[in-house]
Amino acid sequence: MTTNLHLWLIPLLPLAGAALNGLLGRGLSKRAVAIIGVGFPGAAFAWALVVASRFVALPFERIPYTEYILPWIAAGSFQANIAFYLDQLSLVMLLVVTGVGLLIHVYSVGYMEHEGGYYRFFAYLNLFMFFMLMLILADNYLLMFVGWEGVGLASYLLIGFFFLKQSAANAGKKAFIVNRVGDFGFLLGMFLLIRHFDSLNFADVFKAVSHYPVETAGAGLLTAISLLLMVGATGKSAQLPLYVWLPDAMEGPTPVSALIHAATMVTAGIYMIARSNPLFSRSPIALTVVAVIGCLTAIFAATIGMTQTDIKRVLAYSTISQLGYMFMACGVAAYSAGIFHLMTHAFFKALLFLCAGSVIHALSGEQDMRRMGGLRKQIPWTFWTMTAGTFAIAGFPPLAGFFSKDEILWKAWSTTALRSVAGPALNYTLWTLALLTAGLTSFYMFRLWFLTFFGEFRGGSADAHGHGDAHASHSPHESPGIMLGPLVLLAILSVFGGWAGVPHALGGSNRFDQFLAPVIQSSSEAMSAGQRAGEPQPEAAEEHAERNAELALTAASVGVAAIGFGFAWLFYFKRRDLPARVTAVLGGIYDTVRDKYYVDELYHALFVRPIVGISNFFWRDIDVGVIDATVNGAAHASQDVSDSLRRMQSGNIRSYAGWIATGAALVIVYMIWLGAR
Amino acid sequence: MLNLGAINASILTLVTFLPAIGALVLAVFPRKVIAERWFALGISLVNFIFSLHLLRSDIPTQLSTATVFQFEIDIPWITSPNIHYHLGVDGISVWLVILTTFLVPLSILVSWHSVSHRVKEFYVLILLLETAMIGVFLALDMFLFYVFWEATLIPMALLIGIWGHERRIYASVKFFLYTAIASVFMLGAIIWLYSHFHTFDFATIKQALQTNPSEISWMASFWLFLGFFIAFAVKVPLWPLHTWLPDAHVEAPTAGSVLLAGVLLKMGTYGLLRFNVGLFPDQARFNGPWIMTLAIVGVIYGALVAMVQPNLKKLIAYSSVSHLGFVVLGIFSLTTFGMDGAVFQMLNHGVSTGALFMLAGMLYERRHTYEIKNYGGLATPMPLYATFFLVITLSSIGLPLLNGFVGEFLILAGAFQAKALWGALAATGVIWSACYMLWMYQRVFYGAVTDDHNAHLPDIDARERLALWPTVIAALIMGLAPWWWLARIDSGVLKLLPTLKTITQVIGR
Repeated sequence: MTTNLHLWLIPLLPLAGAALNGLLGRGLSKRAVAIIGVGFPGAAFAWALVVASRFVALPFERIPYTEYILPWIAAGSFQANIAFYLDQLSLVMLLVVTGVGLLIHVYSVGYMEHEGGYYRFFAYLNLFMFFMLMLILADNYLLMFVGWEGVGLASYLLIGFFFLKQSAANAGKKAFIVNRVGDFGFLLGMFLLIRHFDSLNFADVFKAVSHYPVETAGAGLLTAISLLLMVGATGKSAQLPLYVWLPDAMEGPTPVSALIHAATMVTAGIYMIARSNPLFSRSPIALTVVAVIGCLTAIFAATIGMTQTDIKRVLAYSTISQLGYMFMACGVAAYSAGIFHLMTHAFFKALLFLCAGSVIHALSGEQDMRRMGGLRKQIPWTFWTMTAGTFAIAGFPPLAGFFSKDEILWKAWSTTALRSVAGPALNYTLWTLALLTAGLTSFYMFRLWFLTFFGEFRGGSADAHGHGDAHASHSPHESPGIMLGPLVLLAILSVFGGWAGVPHALGGSNRFDQFLAPVIQSSSEAMSAGQRAGEPQPEAAEEHAERNAELALTAASVGVAAIGFGFAWLFYFKRRDLPARVTAVLGGIYDTVRDKYYVDELYHALFVRPIVGISNFFWRDIDVGVIDATVNGAAHASQDVSDSLRRMQSGNIRSYAGWIATGAALVIVYMIWLGAR
Repeated sequence: MLNLGAINASILTLVTFLPAIGALVLAVFPRKVIAERWFALGISLVNFIFSLHLLRSDIPTQLSTATVFQFEIDIPWITSPNIHYHLGVDGISVWLVILTTFLVPLSILVSWHSVSHRVKEFYVLILLLETAMIGVFLALDMFLFYVFWEATLIPMALLIGIWGHERRIYASVKFFLYTAIASVFMLGAIIWLYSHFHTFDFATIKQALQTNPSEISWMASFWLFLGFFIAFAVKVPLWPLHTWLPDAHVEAPTAGSVLLAGVLLKMGTYGLLRFNVGLFPDQARFNGPWIMTLAIVGVIYGALVAMVQPNLKKLIAYSSVSHLGFVVLGIFSLTTFGMDGAVFQMLNHGVSTGALFMLAGMLYERRHTYEIKNYGGLATPMPLYATFFLVITLSSIGLPLLNGFVGEFLILAGAFQAKALWGALAATGVIWSACYMLWMYQRVFYGAVTDDHNAHLPDIDARERLALWPTVIAALIMGLAPWWWLARIDSGVLKLLPTLKTITQVIGR
C-alpha cells in the first residue's frame, strides 16, 4: 500500500487562514480573527505531527518522499512543478517552523490585542507561514525560490506593519531590497543549474552532481553554483556583507521579530545550503568561503551586540551572530550540526524575543535597557523563562545551546573538508574566533539579563514612549496567560531541546546527527573520496585521543561562557561604574562599535548616493539633454525646412502625414525599380 | 443557426471587426438613442467573449506537420497588386488578441467619468483602435498588416491630442511622427519583398526564405531586417528610441495610456518576433549581440531613470522601457526559454502596467496631479486602493506566484543560456525594479498624511473595483498556472523558429 502524506495541506492551511482574515477580517471580531489566525497554523502543525509519525514508518526506499500537485512552469524541455519533497531535513524544519510558529501565533493573540489592524497582522503572519512552508517543502529550487521571495514579502509587510512611521516603512523597504541583492545571486545560481543540468529539481540535480568529483584542484562549475547560491543565503540569513537589513527589521512588532527575524525565515539560507550539500561538499573553495563568512559574521555581530542599549537590537545582533555559527557549521561541512543549532536557536531565540516583548509590554513600549532594571519581582514568569533562554544561548550545560554550539566548535576544530584549500591553521582560526564569540555571547546576554531584571528600576514613570508597540497601562505588569504559555513551552524546549543531539564524547549517541545522516550521506561519500586523495582517515586507535580533545574543547567553551557571565556580573551588577570608565578609556573604538562600524553610512555613500546620482544624470543629462534634444532638434529642423519650402503653416499632423506619404512613395518607386531590375 | 464550422471560419473576422461595426453604429446613431459608454462596454465585452473562442484551437505538438496558423481565412482582396485578406492565429498571437480584448473593456470602465466631453467620439475611437490592434496581431498578409499597423496610429494620436492633459498636442504629434516615420522603413522592406516574391503572404515568403536562404543576398536580407527592426524598435520602444513614450503617457488620458502600454508597445515586440526572427533567423542571430546590448541598456537605464522620476506616470513609463527591454532581450536570446518568456512577459506587462496606469488615473481623478510629492500616507484614507496598488506593484517587480516573475525568470534564463554575462547584467533588473517601485509605493502610501487635501480622499468605488479585479486575478492566475499559457506559446515559438531544440509538450510528471 502507498502512504499518502498529503503534504499540500500543510502550506495550504495557513494560506486559507491568510485569505480568510485578509479578505473578510475587517468585518470580524478580534476573537474570530484570532481563532482563524491561530487555528489554521495550528491545524498545519497538527498535520505536520501526523506526517512525522507516518514518515518515520515509511520504508527506506520511499525517502525522499515526493508529492506532485500541479504543473507550473514549462519551457522547451525544462519543467518545474508545484511538487513537495520530504526527507529528514525538511521534516525537522517542518516541525520547527510549524511548532515554534504556532506558539508565536498564540502569543500574538495577547501581544497585539491593543494594536490596530489586528486582522491584517494575522493575515500577514499566516501568509508568512504559507511561504515558509513552501520554501521548506519545495521539490525544486524554483519553487523554493517562491517561498524564498514570499517570506521576503511577508517580512516586508510585517516590518512595515506600523506604516505610519517612516522608519518602519524604510526598514521594510531596505529588507526587501537587500534581500533582492542576495536573490540576484540565487537566480544566477539557478541559471547555471539550468544551463548545465536542464533541471532545477533537487532529485535530478543531486543525481547529476553525484557523478562530479570534488573540485579539489580549483574552482569549477560546482564552486560557481555554490557560491552564487551562497550569495542568496547571505541575504536571507543576514550574513556579511548583506546583514544590514536585519537590525532595522526590529521596527516590526516583536512577535514578528521572534518568528521571522530570529526563529524561521532568517534560517532559510542555512536550510538552503544544507539542502544543497551535494553541491557544496564538492567544492572545498565554496565551503571555505561559507565558513569564513559565517565565522566573521559571528564575531562581528557579537561585538556590536555588546554595545547596544535597545533590548531588541541586542537580540537582533545576537541573531546575526548565531546565524554566523550556523553558516560556519555548513562551511565546515557539518550540515547536521548547523541544522541542530538552527533548531535549538529557534527555541531559545524565539523565547528571548517573546520575553523581550513581554518586558516591552510590561513597560508600555519601553525598549531601552537603560530605562529598565529590577524587573524580576514585577514580572517573575518573564524573568524565569528569560533566564532559561539566556543560559541556553550562553552555552551552559545541559541546556540546548550548549550541545549545538559545542558540536559546531568541535567540527570547526576537527574537520578535514577544507584541506585542499587551507591547512589546519584555518581550523584553529575558525575555532578560536568562534570560541571568542561564545564568550562575547555570554557577556552581552547576561548584560541584557542584569540590566533588565536586576538592580533598581530606572524607568521613572513609564509614559508611553512613542514606540509602535505602545500599550495602555502604566506600572510594570506581568503579561496575560496567553502570552506566558508559549514562554513556558519554549523555555522547556530551550532547556531540554539539546538532548536530541548529545555527542558520543559526552556519552550520548548524537541521534540528531544520525537522523539527518541519510540527507548528508551522499555528499559525505564524496567527501571521503576527496579525503582519500588528501589525508588518511583517523585510525581506530586515535579515536580515544580524539574523544579527549573533544572533551577539552568542551571544557574551554563552558569556560568562556562562565567568563562572559563573570564579566557581565562585574560590570552590570557588582561595579556598575565600570562600563562608563571602560567606555571612556576605549573612546573612539567604543563609539565605532556602538555605531555599528558605520557600515550603513558606508553603504549609503558607496551605493545609494552614487546610484541616485547616476540616475539623475541619466535622466536630466542623457535622456532629456541628449536623446530627446536630438530628436526634437531633428524635428524642428525638418519643420523649418518644410516651412520655408511651403511658406505655410498647416496642421502639424497633416503636413507630416504628407511628408510620410511622399517619402513612402519614393521608397515604393525605388523598390519597384529594384524588383524590376 | 450557426454550426461550429461556420463559427471557426469567421471567428477571426468577427473578433477583428466587431468593434469597428460597433464604432460605426455608435457614430451613426444620434446621441440620445444610445448610452455611449454602455454600448461601447457591451461591444467590447462581447468581443472579449468571442475572442476566448480562439482558445479552442489545437496546441500543435512539435511532431505535427499541421499548419502553424489556425482559424485561417484567406480571400483575395485586390488582384493587382496581389493583396489578400488573410488572417490566422497561432500560439503567440492568440494571447495578444485576448490581451487586447481584455484591456479594452477595462479602459472603457476607467474612462466612465473622466471623459466628459466629446464622449461619443471617444468611444468610437477606442473601438476603432481595438479593431486595428487586433488586426495587427492576426494579419498574415503583409500589406494588410501594414494597413492595420498604421490604422492604430490615428485613433491613438487623436485620443492623446483631444482628451490628453496640458501638453497633449506636443505629445500627440511627437508620438505620431516618431512611429509613422519609423513605419516607412517597414513599408520599404515589405515592398521590396513583394517586388521579389510577388506576394505579400507571410507564410509563402517565410517558406521561400526557409527552403532557399540564398534566394536573396545577405546584404539584402540585412537591410530588410533593419527596415522591419527600425519600425518595431521605435514602437517597443527600444533604447535610445524611447523618448516619445514618457511624453505620450504623461499627456494621454488613462484609457490611452492603458492601451498604449498594454497593447501598442506589444505590436513592436510582436513584430520583432514574427518578422525579424521569423523571416530572418540568420540575421537575428547575426544582429542579436548589439540588439541585446541595447535591450540590456534599456533594462538598467529605464529602471534607474524611473527611480528618480517625480511624476508617477513618467515613472511607470520608464519602467515600461525597462520591462520591454526584458522582452527584446528574451526574443533575441533565440532560446526557447527567452522567447517563451518574452511572449509571456508581453502579456504580463499588459496586465500589470495596464493596471498601474488605471490606478494612476484613479488618483488623478481625485487630486488632478501625478506628482508623487503631492501624495503620502494614502494607505490611511484609501486602504483598499493601497492594497490593489500593492498587488500590482508586486506583480510588476516580479514576485513569484504573480505573473511578472515567470516572464522575467524565463527571459533571464534564456539570456543566460545565450551568454552568461547578458543574463547576469539583465538580472540586476530584479534589484532595480524593487528599488523604484517600493520607493514610489512608500512615498505615495506610507507615513502620515502630510497634505490636507489627501486626508479624506474617497477610497475606490464599485466601478473602479470592477476595473481592477480582473487585472489582479489575471496576475495571480498567470503566476500560479503559467503552464497553461506557456504550452501554447511554446508551440508558437517553436513553429516560428524550428531550429530551436525540440521540446517535450507533455505537461505533467
